[in-house]
Amino acid sequence: MPKVTFVDASGASRVVNIPAGWSLMEGAVQNDISGIAAECGGGCACATCHVFIGGEWADRLPPKSPAENDLLECTAVARTPESRLSCQIPMSDALDGLVVHLPERQT
Amino acid sequence: MRRIVIVGAGQAGLQVAESLRKGGHDGAITLVGEERWPPYQRPPLSKKYLAGDFADERLWFRPYEHYAKLDVDLRTATRATAIDRAARRVGLASGESLEYDGLVLTTGTRVRPLPVPGADHPAVCYLRGLDDAQRLKARLASARRVVVIGGGFIGLEVAATARADGREVHVVEALDRLMARVMPPLLSDFFAALHHERGVALHCGVQVSGLADDGAGAALVTLADGRQLAADLVVAGIGVLPNQELAAAAGLACGNGIEVDEFARTSDPHIVAAGDCTWHRNRLFDVPHRLESVQNAVDQAKVAAATLLGQPQAYADLPWFWSDQFDVKLQIAGLSTGFDDYVLRGTPSSAGFSVFYFQGTRLLAVDSINRPADHMLARRLIAGAAPISRAQAGDPAFDLKTLLTAG
Repeated sequence: MPKVTFVDASGASRVVNIPAGWSLMEGAVQNDISGIAAECGGGCACATCHVFIGGEWADRLPPKSPAENDLLECTAVARTPESRLSCQIPMSDALDGLVVHLPERQT
Repeated sequence: MRRIVIVGAGQAGLQVAESLRKGGHDGAITLVGEERWPPYQRPPLSKKYLAGDFADERLWFRPYEHYAKLDVDLRTATRATAIDRAARRVGLASGESLEYDGLVLTTGTRVRPLPVPGADHPAVCYLRGLDDAQRLKARLASARRVVVIGGGFIGLEVAATARADGREVHVVEALDRLMARVMPPLLSDFFAALHHERGVALHCGVQVSGLADDGAGAALVTLADGRQLAADLVVAGIGVLPNQELAAAAGLACGNGIEVDEFARTSDPHIVAAGDCTWHRNRLFDVPHRLESVQNAVDQAKVAAATLLGQPQAYADLPWFWSDQFDVKLQIAGLSTGFDDYVLRGTPSSAGFSVFYFQGTRLLAVDSINRPADHMLARRLIAGAAPISRAQAGDPAFDLKTLLTAG
């Protein structure tokens, strides 16, 4: 099962396992990662599962859909080039070791 | 308040428990649920869950271990049968009873049964809980012909899922257009065209008069105009009823739902209620109402928890809803009831557009089709973050975000 490291806004980190096929958001919520609200349950509809993924990991993610790109304009913490919606990132073994930074708030 | 009992382990019940702990409540919390599952997400049941290979566990809001960590006594497959308000006790079907200092009713709704002869035919399914979804999914797997009774959100979502998976699908709606209770004709027409294009047969303005067996295990659905539709699966989505009997039997005020004030208080000071089961007040609106939505379950649950914590805060959150049908995402912000005019932003097509509803100069609600950013910005505009004119709303080239960042 792919391992993911979540780093919150204070710098504290936690490593969790997320089944391949689940979204990054689902894995975070089920592992009690606070800092991801996911109000809409994963429909790319609310911009409350905002995360930052940078460096080489960013290149391994699927490209943003137009809807995701538009929604990233509506996040509570302003977007950066590393911004993604975690509900739009399907987990796979290729993402084993992924490092995800969380914004300070989602709403 | 030391001991809190929550009856109803859905999204609202779970939210009350979590908000109580977050707010510092360190007394006992017992979360009682009639279903055999831990609290789970219902929205995917008519969509992703029904469509494919989607493990039950993916629906859980939290893993089982979470409840021990939160020090919440989660009792699944447990039915509350009576409330003794004088003794402050909830009776369970097992014969046991739970004493409380504060009681929360988050009992949700149940499906409205199909009121026609033959409704007990084995091909008939409903969709409310996970048990329903499992039965429906199993039946859908071997069905070729599907008849959906009811052209509301649930019915149309199931119709879209079944059609996308190659079934022959008919939708029968008693009113003369789809989603008539919550949508203006413009959007009913848009969704009717969408379903028609994808091959769903729509029959609006006609009632189902009865069901019979075709002699081979399938159902024959007879319409009021005499037409008959054969179906391996019949899905009835004709609305829900609030689970208020427990409250009513205990003498709490109930109408179309358990009546609560803007602080989620029932007519008993020791009992609050939240979610789909409540007839409630919200400071944003003049009249009380009952809403079936994730937003109301979560936000009203937070209000109920605040009341129990002795830090009352009035309910004043904007309602929002969504529905997924084929590749179209409908999002609703606000309530359009009482609008006198609407403005289109964009041209109606699956490429995306929104409808802005005004009452005088006030923006009441926005329905968005494949325009999630419009929806998120609309929530803030309706809540009064900034005024918006009809001209601005109707000009797709005008960037709504500038209204919120200006000044």
